[in-house]
Amino acid sequence: MATILEARDVCQYFGGLKAVEKVSMSIDEGDIFGVIGPNGAGKTTFFNICSGIFKPTAGEIIFRGEPITGMMTEKIARKGMARTFQNIQLFKFMTVLENVKIGFHIRTKTTMLSALLRSKRYRADEKFASEKALEILERVGLSAFKDTLASNLPYGLQRKVEIARALALDPKILLLDEPVAGMNPAETQELSDFVIRLNKDGLTIVVIEHDMKFVMNTCNRILVLNFGQKICEGTPETVRNDRGVNEAYFGKGLVVGEGYNNA
Amino acid sequence: MKMKIGAFVGKLPSWVKALGLAILGAALIALPIVYPKSYVMGVMCRIFMYMILAGSLNVINGYSGQFNIGHAGFYCIGAYTEAILATKVGLSFWIALPLGGVMAAVIGLLVATPTLKLRGTYLAIVTLGASEIIRLVALNWEGLTGGPIGIKGIPSPVLFGFKISKSIHYYYIFLALAALFFFVTYRVINSRIGRAWLSIREDELAARSLGVETRFYKAINFMYGAFWAGIAGAAFAPYFKFISSDMFSLDEGFNILSMVIIGGQGTLLGPAVGSIIVNFLTEFLRPISQFRLVVYALLIIIMMWLRPQGLVGASNSILAGKKIGGNLSRRGKGGAAVARAGGR
Repeated sequence: MATILEARDVCQYFGGLKAVEKVSMSIDEGDIFGVIGPNGAGKTTFFNICSGIFKPTAGEIIFRGEPITGMMTEKIARKGMARTFQNIQLFKFMTVLENVKIGFHIRTKTTMLSALLRSKRYRADEKFASEKALEILERVGLSAFKDTLASNLPYGLQRKVEIARALALDPKILLLDEPVAGMNPAETQELSDFVIRLNKDGLTIVVIEHDMKFVMNTCNRILVLNFGQKICEGTPETVRNDRGVNEAYFGKGLVVGEGYNNA
Repeated sequence: MKMKIGAFVGKLPSWVKALGLAILGAALIALPIVYPKSYVMGVMCRIFMYMILAGSLNVINGYSGQFNIGHAGFYCIGAYTEAILATKVGLSFWIALPLGGVMAAVIGLLVATPTLKLRGTYLAIVTLGASEIIRLVALNWEGLTGGPIGIKGIPSPVLFGFKISKSIHYYYIFLALAALFFFVTYRVINSRIGRAWLSIREDELAARSLGVETRFYKAINFMYGAFWAGIAGAAFAPYFKFISSDMFSLDEGFNILSMVIIGGQGTLLGPAVGSIIVNFLTEFLRPISQFRLVVYALLIIIMMWLRPQGLVGASNSILAGKKIGGNLSRRGKGGAAVARAGGR
């Protein structure tokens, strides 16, 4: 499998704070890649670097064989990377359908003149965006809410609208920042199934999550960060048994199954 | 109540809407024939002109969420461009009119480019400064603009050998321009470009992550607004036959802004309603002369308190969220609850 997204020694310093320190990783096409770590480990910062919101202090990000370090967010989106946000950033005062329609921005080409004349292109674009948006809402299971204002939806559904909006870009890779935060176990399971289904349709997915059950059941590879540094990368099995990871989560001294160690 | 009316109108079948629009259009076209009093025509001209000005400012402030308070500057550019081209070059009004708009759009781009990273108050201050710079240039560049004397004797437009000179004639020009403005803006707003503008207003970071080139769209938005302000100015110059820099002061900018706020930002109809209300008030309050400015100020304060989204604005818009009164009362209730809990 070809590498789709690669980080090489990425560093991000905010003044004296080393939010991300020399993190390298590579994500293969078709992966469901999990990024985990305790609070403040630099996961979201790392996402922001990948999607171009931050320009890293050092290091390189390579997306589909092309360096995208420091490129503008909107350009990276155009290259096929879509993302959601930890603190849901929907267009709150627009309907769910309108939210998703904005996601079609890069896939439509209407200019001001063609909008003014309602030319063929305008009509084709509007038809395309509306139809595809409804299709995506159907897929996510939100068609009943298409005319609801995004801010009036419950939290879990807002997260789904954000995913639907990101899917409208027809991305090659989808970055989900804590997609199941605030969801109950049934909803979590449902989203996990949905993510796996998306992945089967050929979408590479990167997900930051605190819900270990979700991560272990959904992801096939996991990157663990702690204090901005990579402490482990591998399959869920490797990560679960990694001493460094256990120490990061449960503290030094007591490792499950071993009792106190002397180190 | 207004919201309910809006929802009601929205649900009407399209032929009813088209019929309503046709009746309105016919009534507006027939008005000068039925009631050709020059005073009324003059007021109507002002109303239509301010509809374009307030409407174009609304595209910037209401749709893309930028904060321009120096709209008078672009209006000034349009007026002077037309006046200079008509008096010094002898260009026809019909060519000078779009050139006035283009010139304002170019200046709009110049103002917007260094400010694309600015938002809110900072952008507002820059536009304020730009508006004043434009006015001062008009005041001091005597060779071109006539300086403090202004430009006199701007020739009337001629259409197929017919000289347009009375306000009843201008009524139709301003009506046509306002109709064109609303038609064009309606179509642009309801397209991919309008959606991009709205997404910038709602959440710029999210818009960027969806591939919306926010800087480009903000610049286009600014240019679009400035263009129409320029058009309004270019039509105003021959109508008034005389322009001078003091007509385009900051007061004028605030006047336009107040129409947008009173009518409702981010709605197509709002600035039109605002223009009608403010212009009628101007006429009704003539007896109290300068004190009418106090009435405007009070009106704006009351509007910000009770209906920050404007008369036409929907109660569920982003602007309604900034309602001062609502927040205060909510905070008041919360405070009371805390006090009660503390008492126990």
